[in-house]
Amino acid sequence: MEAAISVILVFMIIGAIFAIHAKDLLSAVITCGIIGYGLVICFLLLRAPDLAIVQIVVETITLVIMVAVVLDSTRREPFSKPDLREYVNISTAVVIIAVIFFFLKMASGSLDEFGKGSLRMAEHYIEGASSKTGSANLVTGVIFDFRGYDTLGEATVLVTAVLGVITILRLKGKK
Amino acid sequence: MTVYLLCFILFLVGLYGIITRRNLVKIVISLSIMEFSVFLFLALIGYVEGGSAPIIDPATPGGIYVDPLPQAMVLTAIVIGLATTAMLMSVIIRIYRKYKTLDVREIKNLRG
Amino acid sequence: MKGMTLIVKKTTQLIAGLVFLYGIYVVLHGHLTPGGGFAGGVIIAGSFILLTLAYGSDFMKLTREETGTTITENLAILTALLIALAGLIFGAGIFFSNWLPAGKAGELISAGVIPLYNIFIGIEVAASILTIFLALIIFKEEITK
Repeated sequence: MEAAISVILVFMIIGAIFAIHAKDLLSAVITCGIIGYGLVICFLLLRAPDLAIVQIVVETITLVIMVAVVLDSTRREPFSKPDLREYVNISTAVVIIAVIFFFLKMASGSLDEFGKGSLRMAEHYIEGASSKTGSANLVTGVIFDFRGYDTLGEATVLVTAVLGVITILRLKGKK
Repeated sequence: MTVYLLCFILFLVGLYGIITRRNLVKIVISLSIMEFSVFLFLALIGYVEGGSAPIIDPATPGGIYVDPLPQAMVLTAIVIGLATTAMLMSVIIRIYRKYKTLDVREIKNLRG
Repeated sequence: MKGMTLIVKKTTQLIAGLVFLYGIYVVLHGHLTPGGGFAGGVIIAGSFILLTLAYGSDFMKLTREETGTTITENLAILTALLIALAGLIFGAGIFFSNWLPAGKAGELISAGVIPLYNIFIGIEVAASILTIFLALIIFKEEITK
């Protein structure tokens, strides 16, 4: 299992590097979609069919919106000769990333071994969800019963995002 | 353990893109790459070797299941990610209408 | 926005209804099989987006406003909140408490209020994503006009 996910992740990383460096914005956007679909396969391997369904549909709609925006504005990446400021930017980024990677590697030592899954709440949820809520799908039981406030906050964020989009895209004020 | 490290590398590639790119669409793409890596990290934490998907068959109770809590968190985060990406895209389309460019540095110089 | 060619229109005619029905199935069976309000809502919104892309913006009878979808979205989230509030009155006195009988796990009508939450969250997600998409299309039309 670990090997299969590692291979897909390597491809996702290659895709991410290409998406960042592509000359054409349309191909960058489509590569971003490919990374998302790779994530779907990872979710399926990790026994998370709920996430796979949501991610595959969301990725498609994100792709539609992004392609619409890119075709509506410009496809060309503005290319100019890299000057001094650009090199300073890149070297700073590399240093920052090296430092963060060092600390992440240090912190990953305290993580559990892959596949152990020793979260304490898990047993409680798995035993309680079916008998307390009567829901066969444990994820739905957790979302709408044990963690209802989480869903309420999510819905609020969605409403706020929609209000923001309408406010930004409105051209004329209401009569 | 290599899976976690590769996941971190994916996150850092997104971070590199956000810091160094000048195109607004590229920055949004890097942001969604970082999002993907965080989703994958949470799903990896909840995985149990040999466990089945967290859907209980009432006929045969018992057995090993994958941890449902990280999956529930990621499920809400994915939909929020769609909404925020759409909002960023609408900001970008408005900026392009006003300045006729997507380059961050040029927009800063124009100042209109 | 103009529609696409005849081939795309015919294929959409055949597929869009099935996509819509599949979304409703995923929402209603959210407590039994993988899926639920979020997945099903996005699928339902996807069917409307497919129709709008294939047939052009005249199909949805766009009147330069997104009033219908915004009102639907707000009503759906209000109803979900009211169901959660009902837990204070009928249930154990807890916000978000499961006040309907749990029933037998594995049947369609079971799990108390969870299917109701699924339905209203599904409507809310579908309406909000459709609103975002329509806002983008209306903006594009007003720009090109």
